[in-house]
Amino acid sequence: MAVDRSEIEKLAVLARIEMTDEAAEQVASSISDVLKLVDQLQAADTDGVAPMAHPMDAVQRLRLDEVSESDQREKFQAIAPATENGLYLVPKVID
Amino acid sequence: MEWETVIGLEVHVQLNTATKIFSGASTAFGAEPNTQACAIDLAMPGTLPVVNAEAYRKAVMFGLAIDAGIAKRSVFDRKNYFYPDLPKGYQTTQLDIPIVGPGHIDLQLGEGKTKRVRIHHAHLEEDAGKSLHEDFHGMSGIDLNRAGTPLIEVVSEPDMNNSVEAVAFAKQLHSIVTSIGICDGKMAQGSMRFDVNISVRPKGQEELGTRTETKNLNSFKFMEEAIALEVERQIDILEDGGSIAQETRLYNSDAKTSKSMRSKEEANDYRYFPCPDLLPVEIDDDFIEAVRKQLPELPAERQARFVDTYKLSEYDASLLSASADLAHFFEAAASSDAKLAANWVMGEVSARLNADDKAIAESPVTGDMLGDMIARLKDNTISSKQAKQVFEGMWKGEGNADAVIEKRGLKQVSDTGALEGMVDAVLAANAAMVEDYKNTDESKRKKKLGGFMGQIMKASKGQANPQMINQILMKKLNELV
Repeated sequence: MAVDRSEIEKLAVLARIEMTDEAAEQVASSISDVLKLVDQLQAADTDGVAPMAHPMDAVQRLRLDEVSESDQREKFQAIAPATENGLYLVPKVID
Repeated sequence: MEWETVIGLEVHVQLNTATKIFSGASTAFGAEPNTQACAIDLAMPGTLPVVNAEAYRKAVMFGLAIDAGIAKRSVFDRKNYFYPDLPKGYQTTQLDIPIVGPGHIDLQLGEGKTKRVRIHHAHLEEDAGKSLHEDFHGMSGIDLNRAGTPLIEVVSEPDMNNSVEAVAFAKQLHSIVTSIGICDGKMAQGSMRFDVNISVRPKGQEELGTRTETKNLNSFKFMEEAIALEVERQIDILEDGGSIAQETRLYNSDAKTSKSMRSKEEANDYRYFPCPDLLPVEIDDDFIEAVRKQLPELPAERQARFVDTYKLSEYDASLLSASADLAHFFEAAASSDAKLAANWVMGEVSARLNADDKAIAESPVTGDMLGDMIARLKDNTISSKQAKQVFEGMWKGEGNADAVIEKRGLKQVSDTGALEGMVDAVLAANAAMVEDYKNTDESKRKKKLGGFMGQIMKASKGQANPQMINQILMKKLNELV
């Protein structure tokens, strides 16, 4: 299985990554190499094997519903590029 | 051509847990912006989610309430998209193995008509933050307090055919989630939000038409309006020979218009994959059975009980059983006379709550207080007219029914001797009216009673028992004739 440049360009748009034509070519080729490994894996006979959702054969531990976090807004906002009235400011995005 | 509308709903229900689904930050509504957004909610590097057991318990409870299968092993997935109110760049949700499988909700459509709407599934996921688009120097403000609030998204099958059914479904779902206590049901605060999938097809056609999705409706009224608008829009396009574009639309409740959300379409490739930060969640039969034991009475069961126990009509029973708070209020008030209590709750109480924009749980008059007042009405201490004043006093905080009756001097006079005295006095003082009554043809005399009644009630300052006065007056006048 291989991916071509147009698929990489589409993914770049979805991931909000700017990419030159040259880089897209290169990434397409690198990802295609990775997918060759996946092809090998897919050749394995998995009939009768239940799909795993996680590589670790364990289950999730659940947490009690008790507030354990305190307000640390000041600390977080100290490293934010822009804030006002307690809000994080970001470039205007509107649908 | 005759058209048939097909509607399916996706409903986001905020679970009323104390903390977020993946972090220990509080979910209390109305806090200062970002004071309840911790490192996990902000997607700080190195943080890891831990699942809230209570969110799971509530999701399972919902599943049991709609008679659905519960997945003993469920898996979280990542839904990838970029938006500033979603700092991780993905929403943690459940795609392939959601906690709640297929179930159903039965609708009461009035006049004994019912309809079963199938639920495709319901999954657990996290809510996003809020974007504020007022102008902050050309930028948007982001409040992440809501980020990570647990939601269940309930996905129906396209089993509804008009806005009446869709709204009935929405109301029934609201009633279920509030009755089992997993959601506060406050629509204005966004505790329940509806996405409506709508398509139309020529009547009789098997194949579904192309659907659109109108997103984020947060009231039953807007939902009804948005459906009407979208159905009309689609039929107009099709009748003009056009075709429907599959798209996401946004309804503007002020302008009563809708528009396409094109940006959503471009990003409509979510590249889901299982969340590597979370292991599968496994629950056993003991967990499920323990939740089943906690399941309170469901609205449909309660409605049947109200008809049975209190002899209410189906309609009254359905109104009063719709929310747990309302049902509790009614039952507290119904101790002496259920029918009177029902009338008061649906009449005076509802009207005052609406006027003061209060929820039933915030009513200054409790169900018990109303019940006590109705008891005074039943034992003839007060007349129904005086009851209105007593209610008014209780609403204004003047105390319980007996205290208001005492304070406002509202006791009804039901003492036969005293009432006879009043009637005699009024008859003596109004000889002309009595003469007129005598000269009136017997069949028309009834109409003349009103004048005497008015005089007597006035003389008693409104405190005479009207039924008794009526009897005494008739007796005395007939003796004179």
